[in-house]
Amino acid sequence: MLTQSLTSDIHVMDRVLADYHAVDFSSCTDEDVLEALSAQTTSIRDFAALLSPCAGKYLEQMAAKAKALTEQYFGVNKCLYTPLYIANYCVNHCSYCGFNCTNKIHRAKLTMEEIEQEAQAISSTGLREILLLTGESRFHSDVEYIGEAVKIMRRYFNTIGLEVYPMDVSEYEYLHSLGADYVSVYQETYDRDVYDKVHISGPKKVYDYRFNALERAIQGGMRGGGLGALLGLSDFRRDAFGSGLHAYWLQKKYPAAELSFSVPRLRPYVNNDDNQSGVGDRDFLQVILAYRIFMPFMGFSLSSRENAAFRDNCAALAPTKISAGVKTGVGGHSEEEKGDVQFKTSDERSVDEIYNALLKRGLQPVFNDYVYIIDAV
Amino acid sequence: MQDNLIIGGHAFTSRLLLGTGKFTLDKMLSVIENGGAQIVTVALRRANAGGEGNILDYIPDGITLMPNTSGARTAAEAVRIARLSREMGCGDFIKIEIIPDTKYLMPDNIETLKATEILANEGFVVLPYMNPDLNVARQLVNAGAAAVMPLGAPIGSNKGLRTKELLSILIAEIEKPVIVDAGIGRPSQACEAMEMGADAVLVNTAVASAKHPHEMALAFKKAVEAGREAFLAGAGRVLATQAEASSPLTGFVE
Repeated sequence: MLTQSLTSDIHVMDRVLADYHAVDFSSCTDEDVLEALSAQTTSIRDFAALLSPCAGKYLEQMAAKAKALTEQYFGVNKCLYTPLYIANYCVNHCSYCGFNCTNKIHRAKLTMEEIEQEAQAISSTGLREILLLTGESRFHSDVEYIGEAVKIMRRYFNTIGLEVYPMDVSEYEYLHSLGADYVSVYQETYDRDVYDKVHISGPKKVYDYRFNALERAIQGGMRGGGLGALLGLSDFRRDAFGSGLHAYWLQKKYPAAELSFSVPRLRPYVNNDDNQSGVGDRDFLQVILAYRIFMPFMGFSLSSRENAAFRDNCAALAPTKISAGVKTGVGGHSEEEKGDVQFKTSDERSVDEIYNALLKRGLQPVFNDYVYIIDAV
Repeated sequence: MQDNLIIGGHAFTSRLLLGTGKFTLDKMLSVIENGGAQIVTVALRRANAGGEGNILDYIPDGITLMPNTSGARTAAEAVRIARLSREMGCGDFIKIEIIPDTKYLMPDNIETLKATEILANEGFVVLPYMNPDLNVARQLVNAGAAAVMPLGAPIGSNKGLRTKELLSILIAEIEKPVIVDAGIGRPSQACEAMEMGADAVLVNTAVASAKHPHEMALAFKKAVEAGREAFLAGAGRVLATQAEASSPLTGFVE
């Protein structure tokens, strides 16, 4: 059984947090970085060195290694997908998010007819992979509502991912049985104190339940999942280290799970234009490259939080997945957005534009890299 | 006499099989032509029937398609993908790839054996990708595999014939074609596999990651042909580096 671990005695959170707290980036030396760059397989220690301030001056060497590894594992393929926000009601008060329940924005929830229209509009652009998103509201967007949306997606797309609130195993099982196969849950920050501070109220306040969500998703039969930290909430190096460790131990425990990194940076949102990450492009790129070198076999998605130039230049170095034709408001693919956006996107290019930009760089945009075999039991 | 590679009753003159997954689709034709490949493997997961950038649309006519079950983690999933492949008109060849390990991408021999049994019974020409284990290779052949496809090194690693000792055992003992798949990084390594007596090699990353893939495909074609000819010619004995024993060991017989 894939949903059971062969090494079930691994307690992922304990392992992650032990190293997360112990790491000391300031002690990493040039020698450590060079050793990490020449290592055949990258150890946790090497990963720390690659994230350290000292590695900043080796960005070029890191990029060369990351690019070679990405090509070794994935060739020049870049899968295209788009997120579809079906509801933005949220009961959480998170200090950094535009959907937070105290933010006075236009709230909406798509009807099934509207979801179908969105699916039609998106699939007509050629996309075959969809990521469904909601805010966290079990009242406005309950599991059944998400399930009905998944059923509609099934008719238009091959790959269905979910970026919704964390759930129980049985709920993941249910959504998996309807056709969803990937789940993204971002821990935002691995620092418990900061986590508690930025999640002012709401169910998201429970750190452990969120942390363990990916494991529950895998146990519920999901093929894989996405994880990452929202860089800028806390010490970005330590948080990047935390999500790398999270992936490392999850993979050890569930070797078949297809895990994927995401590297969101804080973005301004409606009524808060100052919500900047403070993580500069060089540091940000260093994190991306360190992830890739540490876990060269993992998926990697680069969202439209980043601008076109950054994404285009970065595409060959680490990502396996690139979003295109992105709207972060509710709906907006078939007609006007019905609810306000979660964050302001930096890359608003259409699927065609991204497709051509990738080709121009000698990269192969891929619409489908998935076979639906959920019923193969 | 024609030196053909026979797989599932089909005869091929080329012994270089190519993968298609890692370069841009516009390179496909020149790579296949330069490599002289007659069989190419395609991940069924890359098919996008009726959609844009469908990899199947880029395979030239006359090429035998060997769809693979990439993405399968169990025998049940591989069987399902194989059946889908047949439904989509991709023919009866199926390369079984069952990989429940994302880190090293090691094939699962036990699940592979189960899938081989089922699919061979359904009339597929089954080509299982495997770890080079002699006992499993024998069982795969008994279960109906048309060939065995042991790895030379971890997939995509370009590390060459790291499993050489095990490969040579399979080559010596398995009567069905032995196709060295995965790990071959240079034409010299492909040549060596063929000299050892492998029936064919499959290459993808080595070509895709070359600066000029279509030229590298040509280099592989020549290497595979040279290796095959050397094997058929019967390589001469390699002289021992040590001197002969000073007092004869067989002096006690007349």
